[in-house]
Amino acid sequence: MAKKILLENDHIEGIRYYDTYRKNGGYRAAEKAFKMSPADIVEEVKKSGLRGRGGAGFPTGMKWSFLAKPEGVPRHLVCNADESEPGTFKDRYLMEFHPHLFIEGLLISSFALGSNATYVYIRGEYAWIPDILEQAIAEAKNNGWLGKNILGSGFDCEIYVHRGAGAYICGEETALIESLEGKRGNPRMKPPFPAIQGVWMRPTVVNNVETLAAVVPIINLGGDEYAKIGVGKSTGTKLLSVCGNVNKPGVYEIDMTCTVEEFIYSDEYCGGIPKGRKLKACIPGGSSVPILPANLLLKTAKGEARYMNYESLSDGGFATGSMMGSGGFIVLDDAQCVVRHTMTLARFYNHESCGQCSPCREGTGWMYKILKNLEYGKGKMSDIDLLWDIQRRIEGNTICPLGDAAAWPVAAAIRHFRDEFEWHVNNPEESQTRNFGLAHYADPIHVPASA
Amino acid sequence: MSETPKFKVTIDNISIDVPAGTTILNAARMIGGDVTPPAMCYYSKLKDSGGKCRTCLVEVSKGSEKDPRPMPKLVASCRTTVMDGMEVKNITSPKVVDARKGIVEFLLLNHPLDCPVCDQAGECDLQNLSYEHGSEATRYEFKRRTFEKEDIGPYISLHMNRCIMCFRCVFTADQLTEKREHGILERGDHAQISTMLNKSLDNDFIGNVIDVCPVGALTDKTFRFKNRVWFTKPVDAHRDCPTCSGKARLWMRGEEVFRVTARKDQWGEVEDWICNDCRFHKKETKDWVIEGPSKISRSSVIAQGHYQGNVGTAPTPVLIDKVIGKQPKYTLDIHSISDVNRPEIDLSKIDGPAHSNDFK
Repeated sequence: MAKKILLENDHIEGIRYYDTYRKNGGYRAAEKAFKMSPADIVEEVKKSGLRGRGGAGFPTGMKWSFLAKPEGVPRHLVCNADESEPGTFKDRYLMEFHPHLFIEGLLISSFALGSNATYVYIRGEYAWIPDILEQAIAEAKNNGWLGKNILGSGFDCEIYVHRGAGAYICGEETALIESLEGKRGNPRMKPPFPAIQGVWMRPTVVNNVETLAAVVPIINLGGDEYAKIGVGKSTGTKLLSVCGNVNKPGVYEIDMTCTVEEFIYSDEYCGGIPKGRKLKACIPGGSSVPILPANLLLKTAKGEARYMNYESLSDGGFATGSMMGSGGFIVLDDAQCVVRHTMTLARFYNHESCGQCSPCREGTGWMYKILKNLEYGKGKMSDIDLLWDIQRRIEGNTICPLGDAAAWPVAAAIRHFRDEFEWHVNNPEESQTRNFGLAHYADPIHVPASA
Repeated sequence: MSETPKFKVTIDNISIDVPAGTTILNAARMIGGDVTPPAMCYYSKLKDSGGKCRTCLVEVSKGSEKDPRPMPKLVASCRTTVMDGMEVKNITSPKVVDARKGIVEFLLLNHPLDCPVCDQAGECDLQNLSYEHGSEATRYEFKRRTFEKEDIGPYISLHMNRCIMCFRCVFTADQLTEKREHGILERGDHAQISTMLNKSLDNDFIGNVIDVCPVGALTDKTFRFKNRVWFTKPVDAHRDCPTCSGKARLWMRGEEVFRVTARKDQWGEVEDWICNDCRFHKKETKDWVIEGPSKISRSSVIAQGHYQGNVGTAPTPVLIDKVIGKQPKYTLDIHSISDVNRPEIDLSKIDGPAHSNDFK
């Protein structure tokens, strides 16, 4: 049984409400934190080795220590709750069922960073969650956890919930800041980084919901203790949202020590693939990370078992590995078509491109049109190379990572599933009636023996 | 002497000392010539412009003297400031040349290529860019994107199909006029320059959006389809204008003034903004005091045949040995495209006039 930290009290009824949360040890971390100095909290978070849970995996403590602290300028903590990545819904679970854990994390982090006005930017489609959060904020405020002079420390803090209007791009931190300021959600050019000039040109830290919630157990356990959970640089626990062809889709907390195989097939987690079908492919970290065929997913190119953590999932780079990303675990069985799947993702990125810089604005639409042709049996063999060339010229040449996120799934699909694309071109009629199937994607990879 | 420290930056093996805070693009412009990256959206006179078109991407092979690590990605030179000891590769980097070729392809992807009927043809930044950096054919096989035509008033014609989303006109209206009435609607490939509810653009200085537009998306309605720019002669002129500097460029044919624009410098940027009155209403020679023919770059089609004595200085030759180390490749090698031209057939050895049979 893996250790649960964030969802420890998940089974308790009414944990959503303040009284139950408080009775079960809630706000203990906040009490402890207000006896510490802000610098010590940052130090604890640094020691914990906590990495950003939003996708990039940047060490949170380091991000916090970059925050500029000019005299007389307010600083802000902004929580990125604009969880719009296809396949990712872990933050929704936290905010919906554990709002007080989230608010406690926000409070401690605000105290550590000196943010008197903290914002939660929540995606517009989560229409009912702002009400839950606002109710929880009101409860916390009534009990003296927010407002003026919290616990007699002299620290004031208010949390505001800001609804987005339904744009994936506003999950990019600088676009989120623009949108929060009331402007069109276009990503900004970096530098200046938000840590220097963010919201209203004030120093700002933007963190994911899960990252901020994880601050609570870090304070409770202490940074060193927290760092003992997990392996290597993947410390602590991670929430994964599982969807696709598995018996038990949902949100799971893992401590990063289980293998991918165990995660998919054990009854504790996903419970295997339904209807006796076979695993064909999987996207381990949300739609923008590279897709992996079954053989490379379960074993690395070196033939070792792959684990569910940052390092192991990215073992082999993009050639044979993938990324932990935001934890959106999408499983595809042998009845799924990778071409169609890639087309769906390309349509998404085409729809969500902000239109600011040319490679992404024009390239995403072009890729979608070509993939549509391939999927519906109108493709040419040269289209596959063309797709590769387009994604190569989008990647790295755009202002924000949306261009990369649009290019990677296409690149990985062609890299690993090229024969499926070719089959679509060679069998335009058959491809409309049946899928390519599992083919050799689960076959063991030949690992050359070392001398 | 100013107090800003000087930074040494090397662009394509040519070093220059520039004040701290200068962008790579501006440093390259100080060197001039072929090492200057093209810019479609950056406009030195407009605050916050740049970074969007990505044509000015360059490779930074050495970050600075203190931190010599190269930058992992290509950077937009118009928004990246130089560091002391920075080394930048523009035309000497195959990565940059390749990326730029891709960007030009992306920009032209949905561009209607209606140059034969476009008023901007001949002074179009996109034409110049694609001629210098693009490939000869597109690989796009789909229907090009179109927008509904929108009427934005009696003076300015908006042709959204041609727009490349440089945001320059939005910045101009924002920074030059008191009330901006147009902006970007929608997102992604359907983003468009538009006014809410079909308002007409109405402001004393709004005509300047025509000059900043790098393509033919915003053109002068009073000049619409009247003439091709290369048939008209540009002359510098001024008048005593109560609202603006009055320094303008007249585009004449004979004694007739076809068009009035602001004067542009060697980077195609406006020197002084002019008002709508000068631009749209003063179309008689008697309104103006003519100073003399404008200096037009030799490479421009506008210079063709007109001004032997006034074409400006000849372009500085590329420092082949220093910069690239090899002869430049021609943009368009006709023999690789055309099946008709066969360079190996010696025309002088053919009896009589050449016939298509001789090339089979």
